[in-house]
Amino acid sequence: MMRLPGFRYRAPRTIGEAAAWLAENPANTMLLAGGTDLLPNMKRRQQTPSTVVALRGITSLSEIHNGDGLAIGSGVTLSHLIGDARVRQSYPGLWQAAAQVATPHLRNMGTVGGNLCLDTRCTYYDQNYEWRKSIDFCMKRDGKICWVATSSPKCLAVSSTDTAPMLQALGATVTLVSIRGERIVPVAELFANDGMRYLTRQPDEIVTSIRVPAATGWRSAYWKLRRRGAFDFPVAAAAVAARFDGARVVDLRIVLGAVSSRPLSADRAAALLTGQDLSDELIESAAVAAAGIAKPMDNTDFELVWRKKMVRSLVSHALHEIRGDDMRARRHQLARQELLIPASASAAR
Amino acid sequence: MKPTRVIGQPRRRVDGRAKVTGQTRFADDIILPRMVHCRLLRSTQPHARIVTVDTGKAAQVDGVHLVLTGESFPISYGILPVSHDEHALCRDKVRFVGDPVAAVIARDEMTADLAVNLIDVTYEPLRTFASPADSLEHDEPRIHDYGDHGNVHKAVALQFGDVDAALGAADHVFDDVFHFEGNTHLPIEQHAAIALKDPDGKLVIYSSTQTPHYLHRALAKALAMPAAHIRVIATPNGGGFGGKSDPFNHEIVVAKAALLLDRPVKICLNREEVFYCHRGRHPVTMRFRTGITTDGKITGLDLETLLDGGSYGSYGVASTFYTGALQTVTYDIPRYRFRGCRVFTNKPPCGPKRGHGTPQSRFGQEVQLDKIAEHLKRDPAELRLGMIAPAETLTANYLRVGTIGLAECIRTVVDRSNWSEKFRKLPLGRGVGLACSSYLSGAGLPINWNDLPHSGVQLKLDRSGGVTVFCGATEIGQGSDDVLVGIVAEVLGIDPFDVRAVTGDTDLTPVDLGSYSSRVTLMMGNAAIQAAERAREILAGPVASKLEIPADRLVFADRRVFDGENPDRGVSFQEAVCIAEARVGTIGTTGSYTPPKSAGHFKGGGVGPSPTYSYTAAVVEVDVDAETGWISVPRVWIAHDIGRSLNPTLVRGQVEGSVYMGLGEALMEEQAFRRLPPRLSSALVHKFPSMLEYKSPTSLDMPEIFTDLIEHPDPRGPFGAKEVGQGPLLPIMPAVANAVYDAVGVRVDEIPVTPEKILRALQARAAGKPARFGPASFPEIAWPAPLLVTPPQEGGDGRASNEPERRSRRKADAGIEATAGVRPSTPLRAGPSIVEGRS
Amino acid sequence: MKVRLKCTVNQEPVEVLADDYKTLLEVLREDLQLTGTKHGCELGECGACAVLVDGTPVLSCLVLAVESEGRRITTVEGLAADGRLHPLQKCFADLGAAQCGYCTPGILITAKALLDAEPNPSRARICEALSGNLCRCTGYLQIVEAVEAAAKAPR
Ligand SMILES: Cc1cc2nc3c(=O)[nH]c(=O)nc-3n(C[C@H](O)[C@H](O)[C@H](O)COP(=O)(O)OP(=O)(O)OC[C@H]3O[C@@H](n4cnc5c(N)ncnc54)[C@H](O)[C@@H]3O)c2cc1C
Ligand code: SF4
Ligand code: FES
Ligand code: FES
Repeated sequence: MMRLPGFRYRAPRTIGEAAAWLAENPANTMLLAGGTDLLPNMKRRQQTPSTVVALRGITSLSEIHNGDGLAIGSGVTLSHLIGDARVRQSYPGLWQAAAQVATPHLRNMGTVGGNLCLDTRCTYYDQNYEWRKSIDFCMKRDGKICWVATSSPKCLAVSSTDTAPMLQALGATVTLVSIRGERIVPVAELFANDGMRYLTRQPDEIVTSIRVPAATGWRSAYWKLRRRGAFDFPVAAAAVAARFDGARVVDLRIVLGAVSSRPLSADRAAALLTGQDLSDELIESAAVAAAGIAKPMDNTDFELVWRKKMVRSLVSHALHEIRGDDMRARRHQLARQELLIPASASAAR
Repeated sequence: MKPTRVIGQPRRRVDGRAKVTGQTRFADDIILPRMVHCRLLRSTQPHARIVTVDTGKAAQVDGVHLVLTGESFPISYGILPVSHDEHALCRDKVRFVGDPVAAVIARDEMTADLAVNLIDVTYEPLRTFASPADSLEHDEPRIHDYGDHGNVHKAVALQFGDVDAALGAADHVFDDVFHFEGNTHLPIEQHAAIALKDPDGKLVIYSSTQTPHYLHRALAKALAMPAAHIRVIATPNGGGFGGKSDPFNHEIVVAKAALLLDRPVKICLNREEVFYCHRGRHPVTMRFRTGITTDGKITGLDLETLLDGGSYGSYGVASTFYTGALQTVTYDIPRYRFRGCRVFTNKPPCGPKRGHGTPQSRFGQEVQLDKIAEHLKRDPAELRLGMIAPAETLTANYLRVGTIGLAECIRTVVDRSNWSEKFRKLPLGRGVGLACSSYLSGAGLPINWNDLPHSGVQLKLDRSGGVTVFCGATEIGQGSDDVLVGIVAEVLGIDPFDVRAVTGDTDLTPVDLGSYSSRVTLMMGNAAIQAAERAREILAGPVASKLEIPADRLVFADRRVFDGENPDRGVSFQEAVCIAEARVGTIGTTGSYTPPKSAGHFKGGGVGPSPTYSYTAAVVEVDVDAETGWISVPRVWIAHDIGRSLNPTLVRGQVEGSVYMGLGEALMEEQAFRRLPPRLSSALVHKFPSMLEYKSPTSLDMPEIFTDLIEHPDPRGPFGAKEVGQGPLLPIMPAVANAVYDAVGVRVDEIPVTPEKILRALQARAAGKPARFGPASFPEIAWPAPLLVTPPQEGGDGRASNEPERRSRRKADAGIEATAGVRPSTPLRAGPSIVEGRS
Repeated sequence: MKVRLKCTVNQEPVEVLADDYKTLLEVLREDLQLTGTKHGCELGECGACAVLVDGTPVLSCLVLAVESEGRRITTVEGLAADGRLHPLQKCFADLGAAQCGYCTPGILITAKALLDAEPNPSRARICEALSGNLCRCTGYLQIVEAVEAAAKAPR
């Protein structure tokens, strides 16, 4: 049986208490939300905090509030999120992203905050201690070299969160709280393109909520590539959010998931479409442009060349979907299940 | 067919209630007083000499009871007598990352784990062999100091008739190379064992093993103990599929530790370790040269296979022969040459997985037939119907074929799938593919050659009216307990619920060789019929005289024994037992089964014979995205010639489970490895020893499955039954590949058929190259001269004309090893032995 | 170090002293000897360890035992009531949904939560709800059929 190493367990009742615990020894303390990322990592001795601060007891973190858009507590579970009618209606892309995370059980446990802060992944790293010892470890933990690219000065582990690319495309912000105070940063600025230091969050900060701007006029879609209909992390993904004026795109963001150490914004591709009607040709050239910036490495399931090629399809599918095309058959083939945008949310062209 | 009341009825399996209430006790569910826990230290080197093992620090840890190293295990063991090449803990070298080097037994698993990591091993690295090509190329250093030569474990060659002439006389000769990647069983239950000394000092071990009898033998040998002082109890397996049919290191280690400590010692492997136990599907590269006449008859087949065996022998010699055994059982192949070679590499050992050695070459043959049909402009179903092996004959390689329902299987799936409306007619991206297969209903020869029965059954009847049936067979999920009970209930005319089964316990139950090679239903079933019929006879005499009618008028049914001509005249089953018990004393009977002798008398002729064979045909429909290669399987039609279905609920489950596992192999499963850049590291590791990254299909990945059972009872099987556990898996992989061709017009001559490979084939075609993905050529192998055996149709007598006098099997092993106990240095025997995978 | 844990397991109050590093899975199996709950990976990758916590299916291998304080836990041992099998158990046993039976406890628990929330799920919905439970024996079809049959059975 894989077992956890020993650790001190703290269960604060308030954010203030949690921040205080965290501030005591930020370098060796980790936050525990659903635990679906942290606990496997601890069992594999990838992460070995001496203290674990559990957030589950802070009820205020598990609420979703209306306002100018939605304020989603970081402790909201993914099941709670996808069960929320507002999300399903107004942010179909977010719904699709969350609904494709892991498995039903893991979505019952895993939180939005944990999903954003999910450790980056790599098949040289997500292994038991003994396995990693057999390769003399790697840069991300206990070792010196990056086996994915042996001359790389930095770790190239993959950002594997499903919701982050979509939240970034939706222009969401996160609130970070520490004993030093509170700050709000766009999701895009929460991430850094470095497999080891993939978050700009300071070690003493807690993500307390995620604010998604009002959805009026926006459509969104999320397309994920993975081998099976469940369990698997994304190995490439496309998140698209767009605001239309009639058939014309007023504003559009494309963010790629799982092809870099952070969610990757495809701005040039998006620029091709802004101010235009979404024609097949434009969609195609935007998809090609987006795929151009993807940097998949050989550290996930599937071959990297093929993954890169798939980015183009995923972006194209997402764009077709927000245009209002009927993508159900395609969706079913890729996702192995129906992930329909509720009809009311997807205005027909 | 005589009407039956239990047999043939869909029923709740006898162990169904235990399984749905969580009461089935798997090995790791056993908790005993004073129990301590074991963890193994495994090699972090792929190939290295062990210089020192320092256990000092580990032994000091509070709560540690015992630390063991290879020193405690001087005696080797292995499943096949020809390859006793394993030690419970490595002694002088390690052969793969994961090879066990030391063990710690401690108060709890956490402490054992902590201590294991304090053991210091210094290694002197040796060259890493990462691929068969490596092993063929470099003889030194040798991974083992036995085997044919260098790092070639075994190379075999057999020739039945003048194959070159047959190919020369053909109208077309097709020459194709295929590759089948390795994959593993992935039972959800991780291997576990718990050993103890029983109060009188004997050794008891509970283990999740498919083969308690072979574990019994291995323990007797490796621990140098009389087998009579060892009791092996096979706990129900949480899935086996062949992966729990070798004796394993951890079993021997906990046995030894329990003897030393006189306390129960338990071990449960973690998932990574299960990947290291492996014994899964061999990666096989193969070349098929097939001669065909214009009217679609095979004139001859020349088959070469190369198996990546990994680091130990396991069942490998048998696996090698199996890659060449069953082609002739499916199709009429008058002349045949087979050459197979297994090499050692520094990976976890390969062995028997569901279909043992035959799925790889089944894939090659069925895809090649699809190509042949395409070339001859024949429908692939029609082509196959014209070449099915003749029933009730001897094949060119001396396999005795019984009933064959393959034609009906093919017609059924063609019909049900609406094949003629779909094949080559669906729009681009959609396609159908067909493939067939056959499989043994039990290996005809035992692993240790002897004349002893393969399965024994004992029955106890007493005045309670209850019946207890004892058999060494092992319940691994396939439903062997249910088959056993169902047969006894049928013969004695009682309810299955009245029968208690005691199975898989070497102290209590007569030997059954184990749950492998789909042998249990047929062999145990026949033994059970014999035991039950003998019991019926014992009851019949006294009851008949009491009722004053001739015994042959008695009917046993509905928990009664009565006059068939006057059903009101009779007694209850319980009364019948009492009457008989009063008359003859305590009632017990036995039954046993030994398969018929095989017809081939050449070396290698022991692999492939079976009392009878099952047949399957399948049609798979695929959806392929011609732009990306993305593939899904929406529907599968399958028909299986089972002879007779004993419990249709279970039979359907075996068929669907096989389709599932076949699709996993066809589309995603891969036991893959990483070799780090040699200039920086000698590491060779399993790429992803986890359930997340070793991809097995989920409920969302499954197609609709339409199953048909073809039932023509085979007289050799119990109530006419043949096997169902393995055969239905075999056609799935080639049918998928054939369907991909129908969908997008490219060949993927390699398993698994992944989107990347499909796309590469599409790109090759677009670039004007052959529309195919697969190995370019078969490696050069220095084959031994083949044994020359004249096929029976050409007047052969089953002997090889160029084989030195063969030792008689009787002398080779009188079957006493299991009881003989101490035999520290049993010499390796020459002849190959016979074996095979899951039931 | 040991921690004291109080919770309700299968409707019975339970108090147990367990190692502080243990997950709910370990406490159930090792300290409470409720071995009906299985394990196949202990990393959240198979679903064999599923139990209900306050009615929701979760993976007990990724729940800290200390986080189960005060919660209502249901395991396979708690499905049958008054000596009668739950309809799901009956249908699973009758219809071949348990072959080796190792994945069965986790699947039964997951299916129970599904039927409690949605009495008449579609086949697609059942497949989706069970997609976090790997089974290597059945190919899932007989499992899905058993859930459908249980949904129709009187409860
Ligand atoms: C088999 C398996 C499959 C999976 N598949 C997917 C998948 O397909 N897609 C996907 O996106 N994820 C997947 N996951 C990962 C995980 O389940 C989800 O990402 C989940 O949302 C993580 O949330 P959590 O609450 O469980 O995180 P935790 O494990 O509790 O935390 C994750 C990380 O975030 C930190 N953290 C948590 N909360 C906060 C906070 N409020 N402020 C700051 N830091 C915080 C933790 O310290 C930790 O480093 C999978 C996991 C498993 C085991
Ligand atoms: S990308 Fe390189 S450094 Fe980062 S985890 Fe993988 S191997 Fe290690
Ligand atoms: S044991 Fe596999 S998910 Fe918990
Ligand atoms: S019944 Fe064996 S794993 Fe599901």
